[in-house]
Amino acid sequence: MSDPTPSGSSMPDNPRLAELRRKHGRPPQAPGAEPPQITPRDSQPRFRGLESGHRACQGCGEALAARLVMESAGPDVMVSNATGCLEVFTTTWPQSAWRVPWIHSLFENASAVASGMEAAMKAKGKNTKVLAFGGDGSTYDIGFQTLSGMLERQHNVLYVCYDNEAYMNTGVQRSSSTPHAAATTTSPAGKERMGKRHLKKDLLSIIAAHHIPYAAAASVAYPQDLQRKVRYAMGIEGPTFLVIHSPCPLGWKHDSCLTIEVARRAVECGLFPLVELERGAVTNVMPIRKPRPVRDYLELQGRFRHLFAEDPRAEEEQAHLQALADHNIATFGLTGDAEDPADTGGAALVHRGGPLASGGF
Amino acid sequence: MIEYRIHGRGGQGSVSAAYLLASAAFEAGRMCQAFPAFGAERRGAPVTAFVRTDDKPIELRAQVRRPHYLIVQDDTLLHDEAITAGLRPGGGMVVNSAQDSTEVSAHFGCRALCVPANALAVEMIGRPIPNAVLLSVLLTLTGDLPLDALKSALAKRFSGKVLEGNLKMVDRAAKMAEVGAWKENEDA
Amino acid sequence: MREALEGSQAIARAVTLCKPDVVAAYPITPQTHIVENLSELVAEGDLHTEFVSVESEFSAASVVLGAAAAGARAYTASASQGVLLMAEVLFNIAGLRIPLVMTVANRAVSGPLSIWNDHADSMAVRDSGWIQLHCVSNQEAVDTTIQAFRIAQETDLPVMVCMDGFILTHVMEPIDLPEQSEVDAWLPPFVFDRALDPSDPKSLGMMVTPDYFPEIRHAHHAAMEKALPVIEATDRDWEASFGRACGGLLTVEGDAGARVGILAMGSTVGTLRAGMAEPGAAPARLITLRAFRPFPAKALRDAARGLDHLIVIDRAISPGAGGVVGLEVAAALAGHPDMPRLHNHALGLGGRDIPETIYADLIAAIEDTDAPGFSVFDADLSKLAPEDR
Repeated sequence: MSDPTPSGSSMPDNPRLAELRRKHGRPPQAPGAEPPQITPRDSQPRFRGLESGHRACQGCGEALAARLVMESAGPDVMVSNATGCLEVFTTTWPQSAWRVPWIHSLFENASAVASGMEAAMKAKGKNTKVLAFGGDGSTYDIGFQTLSGMLERQHNVLYVCYDNEAYMNTGVQRSSSTPHAAATTTSPAGKERMGKRHLKKDLLSIIAAHHIPYAAAASVAYPQDLQRKVRYAMGIEGPTFLVIHSPCPLGWKHDSCLTIEVARRAVECGLFPLVELERGAVTNVMPIRKPRPVRDYLELQGRFRHLFAEDPRAEEEQAHLQALADHNIATFGLTGDAEDPADTGGAALVHRGGPLASGGF
Repeated sequence: MIEYRIHGRGGQGSVSAAYLLASAAFEAGRMCQAFPAFGAERRGAPVTAFVRTDDKPIELRAQVRRPHYLIVQDDTLLHDEAITAGLRPGGGMVVNSAQDSTEVSAHFGCRALCVPANALAVEMIGRPIPNAVLLSVLLTLTGDLPLDALKSALAKRFSGKVLEGNLKMVDRAAKMAEVGAWKENEDA
Repeated sequence: MREALEGSQAIARAVTLCKPDVVAAYPITPQTHIVENLSELVAEGDLHTEFVSVESEFSAASVVLGAAAAGARAYTASASQGVLLMAEVLFNIAGLRIPLVMTVANRAVSGPLSIWNDHADSMAVRDSGWIQLHCVSNQEAVDTTIQAFRIAQETDLPVMVCMDGFILTHVMEPIDLPEQSEVDAWLPPFVFDRALDPSDPKSLGMMVTPDYFPEIRHAHHAAMEKALPVIEATDRDWEASFGRACGGLLTVEGDAGARVGILAMGSTVGTLRAGMAEPGAAPARLITLRAFRPFPAKALRDAARGLDHLIVIDRAISPGAGGVVGLEVAAALAGHPDMPRLHNHALGLGGRDIPETIYADLIAAIEDTDAPGFSVFDADLSKLAPEDR
């Protein structure tokens, strides 16, 4: 293959970046070159697989994430959706917000149903890509076995976990994805407890241990990054996995207009690292250059309010969360000090304003 | 209807013996039914299997309680005095053993023929699987089914050298028994 | 062609004749031989299907659900704990009205652990909304399996083909397997109107509020009732093509003038037939119930009319209530004139062998006027501590 980086264009000439662009996104084009063959999948980004008018809460991170995923994935797809908010707010007979074939069976079997759909496509010689959607409850917890089975059997399915870190559909109960010290209705803060006692499950590492072609973390605060990851996963024949950090204003107890800001700070503090793994090895991270203190992320959310009380335990838990973020920053080299940062922009440069950017809310 | 009960140990092919006998009956144009008394047995544990043959469809699905014939694939099972339980008067048992037939016969009070089936099987097919030898001997004694039916059943299951060895073994085994010696049993 | 085949092997061959697009299954005794035989047929190139070796029965049911929803003919098989692990999915499959076929190699349910036959597993999911057909012999199991694929797609209902574990699955007997060309002519290609298709997107399995839920349940119930004539007609059509039937909804045989009837499902019927044919056996009317769901109440009343006594054999009990079939038969006959007195007995639970003498013993037990309405007939209470009797 010839080097697609055009000389004299505004394209950066970093070969590593060019390679990643070629791999992850659409190949850069030289001026005046023949327009590339547009396949239906290339033309999908503007496709609206999930229509507006559904019943999601104001500021719902999951609804936004699902819309972004569908834009990049559709229309030649079919969706297997686990029980959860996404299923409930998009359907409710006789109305559906889905513009793609969509099925909901149960809470814990979205992966297995997707496996069957994919097997059917294979049997019929069709290329339609199968997507499986679940929240963190159905992914980290109750549907974990069927997910592992699907990955192990190498089904050609893109699994997307909309991670809002608790069972939001049933009223904010803790899941194994709930962060340490967060208060939920089943891990409330009180005289004896500082919210959830256990750590957020390191799901990506477990997924990585399946050595699937591609697994990544994304965030609704970084939509282009998110969509690039979806497009990349769509191009892979085999199991791929995407976990998307999707704030829930109701469950995290933040204002509905702060969804993007909260999600952004989770990335910027290092608590939710945006990493990519291929065959189980980290191949790319989004650097955050100047990490924010975890405190900046926590202070926006009522679920961490007890960590700001006059209480030595609160200080201790804040320190604990900061240590977890520091660990991520060190493990993944998130400050971008390494020799060849994959993304020269980095999290700090992806900023679009919002109520807090212009000096307060 | 003729009923058979096969006693063996897990791994000796008792269930295969039952299926083989039923297949032979099928090849001879008779109705057949073969099934194991399944337990959670592992290798070496006692296993029982049952066979019925008839010239009309077989409806009965109970285990065989009153067999016309017994096949015992492992003579250590003779320590169980109840092994001949329910054996019909005039019935007989073929035992895979180097023991003396007269003694076994006297001990259990029924007709018995002991044949060293393991030794013959090792010689002919290289493995101590006594099924085909014992079935050949039993069918020679009773004349219930022609040996050709047994051979056809084997041909459905094996091919090449293994089949060749089995077919020769059936002929060799048949020489160990007196043709038609137990023939009158069904009238008993 | 007629062959001597093990029941499981025959089922695998019958499934192959139906050309399923997707097969998903998880091994469990006594269903294992079915899965093994199917795997072997795939490995040998005799069965062209997407064979999905799943990590649990729960996923097996989910995979075939997804496959059928995506427009594929799909098949699975299970037993006992496997059926119970599937339970949530089985209700979902039926509620979504997805046409599927599943073999249940009937087995007892733990605990205590038993790998042997009874009907506790399929009875545990009797309210799932699946059609449940019981087979007397392996020939019926083969024929019913092929019929099931047609019934499923004609009714948009999933069909469970119930065959007694070990007693049928592990029995070798002569089987008449239809030719591929005959099955091709008899069984239409798989069609599912609501299949997922990007060119015509539909949403399946949506949340339903109280505004619509009762109507959907009614429609499901009505579909089951409408399946009754479909099951009958399919068997008649099968008979017309292959010269043998499987007993429609139920069959009546024996002495039409007898005052005593015996009703049973599955392989027990064979042993009862053998007992009835014994010289000097008391006359009886033998009713073989093939369709347990939908329950053929009217056909049953017609079959039972004129009897003084009806012995109902159960291979599953609802502790604290009695035999499951017995309760259903009682409900079907209740309030109708000229209906017999019921004697409900459980037999052969957890694989207890049912001897050839059972026919005479059951009929003799009618005289025991002190007997309770329900009993575990072959239980030897002396094995129990007095307080457990």
